[in-house]
Amino acid sequence: MSFSEADIAAIWLTLRLATTVTLVLMVIGTPIAWWLARTRSWWKGPVGAVVALPLVLPPTVLGFYLLVAMGPNGPIGQVTQSLGLGTLPFTFWGLVVGSVFYSMPFVVQPIQNAIEALGERPLEVAATLRAGPWDRFFTVVLPLAKPGFLTAAILGFAHTVGEFGVVLMIGGNIPGETRVVSVQIYDHVEALEYAQAHALSGAMVIFSFVVLLVVYGYQRMQAPLGMKYRV
Amino acid sequence: MAVASNFTAPMKEIAAAFERSSGHRVTLSFGSSGKFFAQIKHGAPFQVFFSADRAKPEALEKAGLVVPESRFTYAVGALALWSVRPGYVDDDSARLKKGDFRKLALANPKLAPYGMAAVEVLQNLKLKEATQAKWVYGENISQTYQFVGSGNAELGFVAVSQIMDKGRIAKGFAWIVPGELHDPIRQDAVLLKRGAHSDAARALLHFVRGEKAAQILQSYGYKTLADVN
Amino acid sequence: MILNTPSVDANRIHARFSLDYPDAKGPAFSLDVDVTVPGNGITIIFGQSGSGKTTFLRCVAGLEKPDRGRLAVNGDIWQSETTFLPTHKRPLGYVFQESSLFPHLTAKGNLAYALKRSGSAVTSELYDRVMGIMGIEPVLQRYPDRLSGGERQRVAIARALLIQPRLLLMDEPLASLDAARKQEILPYLERLRSTFDIPVLYVSHAMDEVARLADHTVVLDQGRVVAQGNLTEVFSRIDLPMRFGDETGVVLKGRVVERDTRWHLSRVAFDGGELWVRDGGDALDRWVRVRVLAKDVSLALASHGDTSILNRLPVEVAELSQDQDEAIALVRLKTGPAYLIARVTQRSVHQLKLEPGKRLWAQIKSVAIVR
Repeated sequence: MSFSEADIAAIWLTLRLATTVTLVLMVIGTPIAWWLARTRSWWKGPVGAVVALPLVLPPTVLGFYLLVAMGPNGPIGQVTQSLGLGTLPFTFWGLVVGSVFYSMPFVVQPIQNAIEALGERPLEVAATLRAGPWDRFFTVVLPLAKPGFLTAAILGFAHTVGEFGVVLMIGGNIPGETRVVSVQIYDHVEALEYAQAHALSGAMVIFSFVVLLVVYGYQRMQAPLGMKYRV
Repeated sequence: MAVASNFTAPMKEIAAAFERSSGHRVTLSFGSSGKFFAQIKHGAPFQVFFSADRAKPEALEKAGLVVPESRFTYAVGALALWSVRPGYVDDDSARLKKGDFRKLALANPKLAPYGMAAVEVLQNLKLKEATQAKWVYGENISQTYQFVGSGNAELGFVAVSQIMDKGRIAKGFAWIVPGELHDPIRQDAVLLKRGAHSDAARALLHFVRGEKAAQILQSYGYKTLADVN
Repeated sequence: MILNTPSVDANRIHARFSLDYPDAKGPAFSLDVDVTVPGNGITIIFGQSGSGKTTFLRCVAGLEKPDRGRLAVNGDIWQSETTFLPTHKRPLGYVFQESSLFPHLTAKGNLAYALKRSGSAVTSELYDRVMGIMGIEPVLQRYPDRLSGGERQRVAIARALLIQPRLLLMDEPLASLDAARKQEILPYLERLRSTFDIPVLYVSHAMDEVARLADHTVVLDQGRVVAQGNLTEVFSRIDLPMRFGDETGVVLKGRVVERDTRWHLSRVAFDGGELWVRDGGDALDRWVRVRVLAKDVSLALASHGDTSILNRLPVEVAELSQDQDEAIALVRLKTGPAYLIARVTQRSVHQLKLEPGKRLWAQIKSVAIVR
């Protein structure tokens, strides 16, 4: 397998995008997952459904709405313009925003499940030991729900790497800025450059396989610890 | 029948007219030419292929998958520089020369003939280097249309057929690019080996070359090869 | 002009909670209690399951937020109409029913969690004392899943002590243990009382724990307080809405006044009489608790010397009541200022013509020193 310079640029860009998106998602996905895991509010259903939408929507639908919403007349576009940031489509940060929406359920759901499995008790115990809310989060929730957080990070990263439809809709195929691996593969296929398409696709398949293998192996390893807490 | 998706609307009308006049039934499948090409190579059961370019039918011909001599140009596309901003584009290239825009959308020249033609236009206008940093590629001509239509790109090169309705520009403002500025955007069709013995397929290909089809093509902003030559 | 300021008693715990669970998942439950207990010693919150005793304890801890409530602990307001201290700001220790050790920390790590968050630094003297009393030093390096149930609870109690609480809350800390483990831990709890001067609210539904540990008792039934007072007083009543079956009985506090080494017996004197009990090794003059179960008390109109029964006391019938078994009656007997309860058949009540004021003899088959 040999990669062209453009392929390597696409791979590098993809890794940069996936890393950024994963970091952003861990920061904003955790409070959402926390809220979803613990609220008894009527809003739990609707909010959970919105988070899960990308699981069932074709990415092109999401991409199209994002294109319109982030455009000069869309609500997000209005905000970014008034902040002096211009509009987001065709930029790296536009892809980040799109990917954050798109990969959200893959990050929120594992964290939510882990927090739900944790239950109230460890937090109550920590509170009786004078641990305040942040203290409880960092010394109890984080270590006990670690498998959930790791799974979330890995899936969020991998899913962003594999993303195509949204990027296609809002990316504009700019080398080094928005031309990620999946788009590069698509271009190769459409241009009948099957050998290059094969090389990149093969790398992608191997990457995804390894990631899933690691996640499943890790979950099996951690499962006994998770169970221990439930008496 | 596999039809390039940018030819969806006129083909529906042509097929309807054909069914009325011949009594044959036509099943249309719309999609990207590249995908159809890959599918046909791997045995997809299409009898006729209307591509959005010349390269793919030619490659299929070389691969021996088409009835010899059946390849012909069914339509010639026209290019327009289009914007949805009122007064942003007059019927000329002034805005391109001025260069005070942020993004210029065009179809990926590697994949789409309209994109290739757009690059030729910019080359002939000596604007390629000046504008290149502002290009954004649609993967195909309909995505390019979305980029401009949603306002994310101030202007872009689209197919006249996309913005033309009954001989008028339906939405936005456009400069219909003169045909001399680029090679003709020829869309070729072929009769595939699987359709070699189908009377209906041959009849349809004949109908597409006829007077009635030419009228329909024109109303959608396409030309025929005869117009160009 | 006299300002009507709410008085805060410096040596009492006063708790008033009212809370409703219109819970769709279970039966509707409401708690409505007003409890004042001494600010020292062990107060047992006693009641059957579903009586609201755990909910009461959680209200004290701030783990439940009652609709209305007031809580003052030895002069400090933890909750009032205008304030509600969150759990982590209340200087309390809490021992949960089941293991509550953090599974990702060793026993030592669990203790360190408390040490780090204790209000004031834990002196090595205190640390050693806790280790000594709970006897957990050998297992400190282990993770909770490598500890026995009894060891886990001892570590949990040690952790609750090291946070240096001003009030210790224990929610049936022995309920998840079998009888042998329970016997293993009870002495640690007794030592805790004699070593640390921390008021304890201890939730339990087990009579043996109550008899052994309680200084003061609050009895809850269906979310309401049905009795509160000192142990002897509360458990000599037969008018409570709940029945304890074979466990019905009184707890008397007395002093060892004689030890008979030949027959291995001790004579215990209490307000209202004396009892011979099996010698439990307690020194002369020592205060002990003896438990007299109602099923071990029989009644006779005359004193018979020719029986195997060691203890006979002259008593007066104070009150009669029906046991949950309709053939059985509970008879409350007055001896001096103290009371006994006898469990006898309704037929005996009829034959002996038992009624309040009647004088007769109580024969006590066995007496156990519980502490």
